[in-house]
Amino acid sequence: MNDVASKVLTGDPRSIARLITLVENSSPEAASTMKDIHPHTGNAHVIGITGVMGGGKSTLICEITREYRKQGKTVGIIAIDPTSPFSGGALLGDRVRMVKLAMDEGVFIRSMGTRGMLGGLTSAVYDVVEILDASGKDVVIVETVGVGQAEVDVIKVADTTLVVLVPGLGDSIQTIKAGVMEIADIYIINKADRPGVDQAVAEVESLVDIECSNRDRKIPVLTTSAKNGKGIVALVDEIKKHKEYLKKSKEFDVQRRKRYEGELVEIIRKRLMNFIFDESKFKDKVELLIDQIFKKEMDPYTAADEILGKILK
Amino acid sequence: MERKIRVLVAKPGLDGHDRGAKIVARALRNAGMEVIYTGLHQTADMIVETAVQEDVDVIGLSLLSGAHMTLFRDITKLLKDKDMRDVLVVGGGVIPEEDVPVLKKAGVAGVFGPGTRTEDIVDFIRKNVKP
Amino acid sequence: MYDKKELNRIKEKKIDWEKNRYSKLVRIHPERKDKFENLSGTEIKNIYTPEDIEHLEYNKDIGFPGEYPFLRGVHSTMHRGRLWTMRQFAGFGSAEETNERYKYLLEHGETGLSVAFDYPTLYGYDTDHLLARGEFGKCGVAISSLKDMEILFDGIPVDDVTTSMTINGPAAIVWAMYVANAENRGISKKIIGGTIQNDILKEYIAQKSFIFPPAPSMRLIVDTFEYGFKQVPRWNTISISGYHIREAGSTAVQELAFTLGDGIEYVKAAMKRGLDIDKFAPRLSFFFNAHNDFFEEIAKYRAARRIWAKELKKLGAKKSRSLLMRFHTQTAGCTLTAQQPEINIVRVTMQALSAVLGGTQSLHTNSMDEALALPSEKAVRIALRTQQIIAEESGVTDTIDPLGGSYYIEWLTDKMEEKTYEYFDRVEKLGGVISAIEKGFFQREIAESAYKYQREIDENRRTIVGVNDYKIDDKRSIPLLKMDEEGEQRQINRLEKLRKERNNSKTEKNLKRLRKAAEGDENMMPYILDCVHSYATLGETCDVLRGVFGEYVEPAIY
Repeated sequence: MNDVASKVLTGDPRSIARLITLVENSSPEAASTMKDIHPHTGNAHVIGITGVMGGGKSTLICEITREYRKQGKTVGIIAIDPTSPFSGGALLGDRVRMVKLAMDEGVFIRSMGTRGMLGGLTSAVYDVVEILDASGKDVVIVETVGVGQAEVDVIKVADTTLVVLVPGLGDSIQTIKAGVMEIADIYIINKADRPGVDQAVAEVESLVDIECSNRDRKIPVLTTSAKNGKGIVALVDEIKKHKEYLKKSKEFDVQRRKRYEGELVEIIRKRLMNFIFDESKFKDKVELLIDQIFKKEMDPYTAADEILGKILK
Repeated sequence: MERKIRVLVAKPGLDGHDRGAKIVARALRNAGMEVIYTGLHQTADMIVETAVQEDVDVIGLSLLSGAHMTLFRDITKLLKDKDMRDVLVVGGGVIPEEDVPVLKKAGVAGVFGPGTRTEDIVDFIRKNVKP
Repeated sequence: MYDKKELNRIKEKKIDWEKNRYSKLVRIHPERKDKFENLSGTEIKNIYTPEDIEHLEYNKDIGFPGEYPFLRGVHSTMHRGRLWTMRQFAGFGSAEETNERYKYLLEHGETGLSVAFDYPTLYGYDTDHLLARGEFGKCGVAISSLKDMEILFDGIPVDDVTTSMTINGPAAIVWAMYVANAENRGISKKIIGGTIQNDILKEYIAQKSFIFPPAPSMRLIVDTFEYGFKQVPRWNTISISGYHIREAGSTAVQELAFTLGDGIEYVKAAMKRGLDIDKFAPRLSFFFNAHNDFFEEIAKYRAARRIWAKELKKLGAKKSRSLLMRFHTQTAGCTLTAQQPEINIVRVTMQALSAVLGGTQSLHTNSMDEALALPSEKAVRIALRTQQIIAEESGVTDTIDPLGGSYYIEWLTDKMEEKTYEYFDRVEKLGGVISAIEKGFFQREIAESAYKYQREIDENRRTIVGVNDYKIDDKRSIPLLKMDEEGEQRQINRLEKLRKERNNSKTEKNLKRLRKAAEGDENMMPYILDCVHSYATLGETCDVLRGVFGEYVEPAIY
């Protein structure tokens, strides 16, 4: 086992952080360390949180984490914010809401930009989940970018997915529409101190009734007021119940397999793209092909055949 | 895969004037960097802990309350103690010219006082960040 | 406002002038810019004529000073009767050092006191708190207990001079210290006069020196209103502020709209508790910025008075005193440059003049060195002299609202009022001021304006003399105020001594009683006064309230 890997397994923050940087930059150095730590993963309960922008996800995560800490559990948090498609930069501000977790050795927070990936996550998220898992964290929380219709990828990586809504944004349930509403294992109406809570709960519950009519688990709808610390204990309890349900129904293994499948696909995809578009040997050839497509001397399908043909040979 | 420069923009101490810090954060984002903003009321310990977890290349300190000599140097000392020499430290705010050499000696690589163009901060970081 | 026929003649003449003179010249000699816009984004025309204000009716919309709608001034004599108070914001280091500066300023002709507190004090921490490290006395005076307040005003006639205190989160407690000190000196709280800033809404929006979340903070503020008009009737228990909103980067329109919006919110909160508007409204005061755009600032102050009068009338105020808006002004700190600091004197002069022409009741002028440090004696003296020259030598105070009737000024005043009401609507749609704060609406608007302004400067589309144009290479600095390095430790020692020498069981008891009051719904002021009298420190008292109310964490908005 290499040095970095053993340090990561002891939970050393510096090593964890450095390794995360390496995987985020798709650095080839990371591979051997990731290979070493993989056997030590699988223990952490991975919770994904998505939902409307302005729903108070960060504050909710802060409170959930505090509750886990009270129960003696360690937590890793991945907070994802959108990368600007124009500049490639990102403003990662979720930590500001998690000030209460500062200086707690049992909490590790990493802010990440989506770096061009759609779906609400970053392509390195699988790796980072593995790293935090291997470092001994009992719980890993992934906070995705605030939601539209496309940000559903979180289910690929999470064991339990929470969808966070707020009252009074009644149309939000309409606008979220299919996709995001379907991925929830638990619905949360946060900012429950605001008017319109009962209505929001009723709307979601009627959706749940339709959705779960032929499922064996009815998706719970909880209310919380994160800034007042209300409803958190019940939520953490419900998350625990969900994990037990997964284990009992063998869904857990199905989920995990899906995650590893996603991870494998992502690693292959990145390597492939890197090989084709970044490795200098191939890059020039690809540039030529694109020129030919532009001049209508070739079509994209034929070009793809050429590239893939060369690789698969 | 190009690597992104990660910058921590921090407000140490009790100073609540964040107009400049936010403008700089935005300018750095527009220059393609990933910017983690700590929010207000950060102690040296908190700033360095965040810098570790986020594995930042740069720490940008903003302070307008006059406490820069104490607080900036607390942070550079802590970084030294933790052997985090690769992190570029820059600062800005209300910092008189005569304090700048002392801060530089303590490890603050660049001090950007009132009237600084945001482009100059971006250029400085690009030029001085460890590859 | 004008005779129809005359107006038509003017309109025709203007069309003729524009076609035959103006456009002809512009063709040969283009104007300096394609579009002239002020800092708020309002387009400014080449010339204003009666046409631009034809819709105004003099008696209804403009009126006379001292009566509704108070556009031209809040008193019928204004500066002819009494000049504005020259009130220089000051404070640094320990209470002793600041006491000396106050005496210096009074000696040199200032007519009111204004206290600047250091950061730990602003946040309700004692000097020996962990977060206070390195901050003691750096941007204001450190006041950790009644003892410090006693020293701060030693030898100063608080029965004769009014004091304004820039304090927000712990305002109620610091005010209690001031009141307690006066009482201990045999001066009745019925006659002492002054102001506490006590405006928490703008803290969430701009200045960020909040402690508790919005609801308990509003409760504490209404407590001070109530206690104030009953027990300390000459005191302004709030200074609803736009200064800081502007300093954070807002435009003049935003400053106007957000400040007045906050003001209305406070009035509503007090009325919700059942307080009589005509009892507390007369003691509400305001605080505005005096920024660079000379005429926009004047229009802003005038519009402020008219809008406030209208809104308070709508809310049911009947007395004249409830409708008139009194305000203090400070010249814009954010416009001061570190480069060629002497020229800041010129900036401050123009800004101060706009405040005077705008009818301010009280004025602070910045010192030239404040981009770099707290004011030196010489610099603050020059700042004071600036006000005195305007007052004594310029003649502008010889008539009331001299710019009233200017086609431009009346048009601009109207425009700003219009844009303010647009903002009122937007905030209403967001669920009101507090809801908008939680949604980050104001903070976002301000951050946008701030960023836009900085881009204009960085791209040289806006000139700041000495910074991006008319630069010099001279790095020579001016002498700056030096702070006493030993001050922090001395203060810490003083605190230790205080805690040993006071009657600790009495202090404990009073703090406990405050806690109980905070947990209930009584007015907390009497309990705070008891704590203060028994030398509970600022930190100890605030900690009790922190324990009950919690602390506010703000969202990250750029």
